[in-house]
Amino acid sequence: MEGLLPDLEVIRKDFPILERTLAGGVPLVYLDSANTSQKPQVVIDSMVDHLERHNANIARAMHQLGAESTEAFEAARDQVAAFLNAPSRNEVVFTKNATEALNLLARTIELGPGDNVVITEMEHHSNIVSWQLACERSGAELRWFGLTDEGELDMSNADQLVDEHTKVVAFTWVSNMLGTINPVADLAALARAHGALSVVDASQAAPQLTVDVQAVDCDFLVFTGHKVCGPTGIGVLWGREQLLNELPPFHGGGEMIETVTMARSTYAKAPHRFEAGTPPIVEAVGLGCAVDYLRHIGLEAIHRHEQAITAYALEGLQTVPGVRVMGPLEATRRGGAISFELDGVHPHDIAQVLDSRGVAVRAGHHCAKPAHARFGVQSSTRMSSYLYTTPAEIDALVEGLHHTRSYFKVG
Amino acid sequence: MSTDLDALYQEIILDHYKHPHHKGLRGDPSSAGTAEVHHVNPTCGDEVTLRVHLDDGVVRDVSYDSVGCSISQASASVLTDLVIGKPLDEAMTIHQTFLELMQGKGQVEPDEDVLEDAIAFAGVAKFPARVKCALLSWMAWKDATAQAQADNEGSAS
Repeated sequence: MEGLLPDLEVIRKDFPILERTLAGGVPLVYLDSANTSQKPQVVIDSMVDHLERHNANIARAMHQLGAESTEAFEAARDQVAAFLNAPSRNEVVFTKNATEALNLLARTIELGPGDNVVITEMEHHSNIVSWQLACERSGAELRWFGLTDEGELDMSNADQLVDEHTKVVAFTWVSNMLGTINPVADLAALARAHGALSVVDASQAAPQLTVDVQAVDCDFLVFTGHKVCGPTGIGVLWGREQLLNELPPFHGGGEMIETVTMARSTYAKAPHRFEAGTPPIVEAVGLGCAVDYLRHIGLEAIHRHEQAITAYALEGLQTVPGVRVMGPLEATRRGGAISFELDGVHPHDIAQVLDSRGVAVRAGHHCAKPAHARFGVQSSTRMSSYLYTTPAEIDALVEGLHHTRSYFKVG
Repeated sequence: MSTDLDALYQEIILDHYKHPHHKGLRGDPSSAGTAEVHHVNPTCGDEVTLRVHLDDGVVRDVSYDSVGCSISQASASVLTDLVIGKPLDEAMTIHQTFLELMQGKGQVEPDEDVLEDAIAFAGVAKFPARVKCALLSWMAWKDATAQAQADNEGSAS
């Protein structure tokens, strides 16, 4: 099959979990990578090595271990800056996850009555609720781009939505439910043309596309560690250095200050301004290693692999009677997550039968209830591939769906 | 593997799923002794709107509208079969027995005299992710019943 990673079998060996079996001795077919990716041995080893040999708190410990730990943590910042093609390492802020990064922005960007924030109907709940809260607090108005029947952003009323009162335009790069790839550079340019800040949620893009913040020319971009082969507990906020330094602090505490008196404090510049308290140190080490791993394989090659697998999966799903795929039907216009319905069987029941055959998928609303509601769907089943996914695993999914239909005596 | 799956999806459950009993909201929600609740399973989106009519210490009617998986749908159907027409204290005992079965991690032997068709859910208790599906309508029933009782007491005083 054209487009697959040439050394796919070698890559699979990097991920020890892919060798395990499940109840009944069936092999694992992991098709839930949009939920969280699996971890290569090199990431696991980097974290174990840090904990075994270099563990100490950072930036405050005046001893050798403290220096080693600080160096490892700050090296991770350099690795992430390179991954994003960020102009400066000071623009990389470590957070708990993408959700915290979005909340940081929604909490610190100043909004008031008469202002508006524009989001889209295909956002993950984290990029909806955080702005709803910000608008409720400030009296600003929340607006959103609707979706076309094909699952793409409806840009027909863009000129009415984004106006001179728009302060923020926040949007996902790749939809976690529909798979749609959005024109992020165009949206960032639209925001800038109206004097608004652009916020890109790259949680689903960072694992599978080249993320170049200078090419997108956005103001802020967030992603999470655990979807790019890194650990949980760490995410990234990237922002233009000047903008970050203009924002007020988010959390108060140690490491984010210049000086503190009982009456008042002054604050450090980014990134430390937004990293109050002891950060997720070993998680940062793991994330730095993970993004290096992805860059070593090559994001272009990973993207080609995802497109080949996605095209194969779309083809396979069409052979199952009663399957309806949501979002774009061409692999080139979408990411590697495919949500679908199967006539007569609820997603929970599909996932349960697939699980009994070792096939792990997600069932539910995928934290995108509005996007489901837009298509009149309560919940869906989602398969999501990654750089370690093989065509044989897609075959196992498709066979599993045929079996599910016969198990529930559909058709 | 498939034995566990078959234990989960007993024929009785699939029958209730395909042909649910007492489905569709009935009665006047504003009449005395009637309460209606809407419960959701926030992680997966299953929803039930359930209405209870209590009269003279008896569960006169339970009706519902719901969307969700086979387990949650069949469970609502079985619930109505078990509690409609029963004295409230007996219905509460059935509720408690079902709750204990569901929370028993597959170690509780179901009592067919009390639970009737609901013994088919014994296999669900082995799948922690599905227990909340089975309990959705039962928790809604308990909530609505408490509200209907309060409503009855309010109108009696």
